[in-house]
Amino acid sequence: MSTHDPGGIGAGSEHGDEHLAASGRADSEAADHYLPGADVDEPALIDVEEVRPELADPQLVDALVAPDRAVHARMGEPLLQMQGVTVRFGGLVALDDVTFDIRRGEILGLIGPNGAGKTTAFNAMTGVYRPTSGTVMFDGASLGKAKRFSITQRGIARTFQNIRLFNEMTALENVVVGTDARHRTSVPGALFRTSRHRREERDAIDRAMALLEFVGVGGRATEKARNLSYGDQRRLEIARALATEPKLLCLDEPAAGFNPAEKESLMGLIRHIRDDGYTVLLIEHDMRLVRGVTDRIVVLEFGRVIAEGTPDEVTNDPKVIAAYLGVPDAPESEETTDAPA
Amino acid sequence: MSTTTPATPPSLPPAGRTATKDRPHGGVGDRFRLWWDALARPTQWLVGVPFLLFMAAVPLLNIPVLTTQGTDFGGVMAQFGMIALIAIGLNVVVGQAGLLDLGYVGFYAIGAYTVAILTSPDSPWNQTGDGMWLSREWAWLAALPVAVAITAISGLILGSPTLRLRGDYLAIVTLGFGEIVRLLADNLDELTGGGQGLRGVAYPRAGVTEDLPSGVFSAGNASGAVNSGVWWYWVSLVFIVVTLLFVGNLERSRVGRAWVAIREDEDAAEIMGVPTFRFKLWAFIIGASIGGAAGALYAGQVQFVIPTNFNIINSVLFLCAVVLGGQGNKLGVILGAFIVVYVPNFFLGRQTLFGIPIDGDEIASYKYLFFGIALVVLMIFRPQGIIPARQKLLTYGRELYVAARRSAARAAGRAPGRTEAAATTSGKESS
Repeated sequence: MSTHDPGGIGAGSEHGDEHLAASGRADSEAADHYLPGADVDEPALIDVEEVRPELADPQLVDALVAPDRAVHARMGEPLLQMQGVTVRFGGLVALDDVTFDIRRGEILGLIGPNGAGKTTAFNAMTGVYRPTSGTVMFDGASLGKAKRFSITQRGIARTFQNIRLFNEMTALENVVVGTDARHRTSVPGALFRTSRHRREERDAIDRAMALLEFVGVGGRATEKARNLSYGDQRRLEIARALATEPKLLCLDEPAAGFNPAEKESLMGLIRHIRDDGYTVLLIEHDMRLVRGVTDRIVVLEFGRVIAEGTPDEVTNDPKVIAAYLGVPDAPESEETTDAPA
Repeated sequence: MSTTTPATPPSLPPAGRTATKDRPHGGVGDRFRLWWDALARPTQWLVGVPFLLFMAAVPLLNIPVLTTQGTDFGGVMAQFGMIALIAIGLNVVVGQAGLLDLGYVGFYAIGAYTVAILTSPDSPWNQTGDGMWLSREWAWLAALPVAVAITAISGLILGSPTLRLRGDYLAIVTLGFGEIVRLLADNLDELTGGGQGLRGVAYPRAGVTEDLPSGVFSAGNASGAVNSGVWWYWVSLVFIVVTLLFVGNLERSRVGRAWVAIREDEDAAEIMGVPTFRFKLWAFIIGASIGGAAGALYAGQVQFVIPTNFNIINSVLFLCAVVLGGQGNKLGVILGAFIVVYVPNFFLGRQTLFGIPIDGDEIASYKYLFFGIALVVLMIFRPQGIIPARQKLLTYGRELYVAARRSAARAAGRAPGRTEAAATTSGKESS
């Protein structure tokens, strides 16, 4: 799973101190991280292969997880277009005339120092904020004044920087809430248990279990979300977002609080998601992670796009180096650029 | 695994976060739940139906510990049935969707007044009698669906503007709604009879014999073991069972999941594609119609409605039943309703308790004081209520939960006590 040298131990995030102390132990465990039951501290409750033998086949899991909906944009064409989007909060300009595309089938990294407007851009896409001016075009239509839930139903799903699961629900139920976004039955169907309702319920559980296996928490499907470990909660959020069958999956700092080994593992998962037919937008501080996994990178600073291109182009761009280090001529960018002030 | 979460040995419950809400002890409730869940569906019916029959027979068995002295036990059980129905309805709104509704008595009043206005001879819109739509025999039954429909609509009317509010603001607005309904009943003299109320409300004329010319449901059927209170209790039991089936269907569907998601994190729910406003409105409508049905039952039973029966304190009492029993747990709120109705009636007219002379009437008249104290104590020691919520939100997938429990039991067998926490948290409430 890991294609990158996990040697850059210091290349952590704001939680770096803890990671330095723990990294030796964590690295040795990293190989087993996705295997249910391999983790000694958190025993898998369900032997998934026993209850759902079909999920033992990874290809079938991938097929069940893959999105099953029509996307207008062809591979490589723009799926989401930010067109001159400006977001103002009173006098503060959080986003200033931001324009970039997300192309179908790619992993796009959105990076920038703290306060650069990454999360604001994200919120403008997912309907949490309305752009002051400019439009967000998604798969051929403007998002305009669409409600947040309908934006999700139209195909943009997201995870949260600070985990926001439904804590009193089990992992499985959390994911099924995601699948509900694509369901048509409502109160009458549920009251009288119509055949469509029963079919949707069955399909939802099948797909949800496949998703949990896909992200590696299938063994703990019946555990309440709040009893899962931090890493499992992050993965559960990704599964819940994928359950809505998004055309575009937005991950808001999915590696926050992860140690280097867990980051490696997450990179593998993100690539796997893309290979399964999803388009991914990744907001991340950690330069190493972003460089390792993305196809293209957009760099924001003070609400403006200052660079856009392949990871190599962007990381060698003097403006980007300046933005991250505050020193225009810093020569070594590899290991230090990801530690924002 | 993650370095940001302190590694806790699995034998200990995660400290702090879950100390009160999710105690992994083998409590009676948890053990019952595990036992019940392990039963196959037909076995559950085999256990459930006799239990239901037993519940129906309670007023006839004359159990010495239970029987009340100052009031008729059948009447107490009838009142319990009605409040239990209300608690189930309020539980949809408060327990499942997490919307604090302090004006629930308003829906109860609308249900009762709808039946009364349609069938009372005092009312200008009386539809019973010669040449009218409704025959005296069937008037109550015919008015019942009308009452449910009108309360559902009033739920919609109250919900559409107010459900944009959250938390305390919603509570205050609903409180106002309850008062508005009562004040309207008090002041629309032409329609509701004002403070005089409406008399002679219709009731089902069933089981008419020579001894009982007005049927078993009439207030005239006051003597004997099977008096009108018992009959009304049986009717409420039917209502409760039907309501529980419907509410259970909703709970184990997209709707119930949406409600719990809204309760847990409304913004996250909306961003995950839950049309939150629509489902909150559904919760209000469904809760309101159940309250309306209870109101119709009440109007039929006492055959007389006046505004003072729908004071705001009743809302608080209903809420007390829900919170006491356990928000979000249907069996819990029924137990809560029983406590709220039964305990004051238990003391009424009682002169001795365990041989100690007491003034039962005096104690019963302080019921609000005691319920208040009970709530405070409960909030400190057991905020989740007597029977905490363990909602079941999926129609299928039971085999997964069974498998989880089996492997937890296996692990517990290997290392006793080790995965007790895991075993009980995956135990799910089934009701």
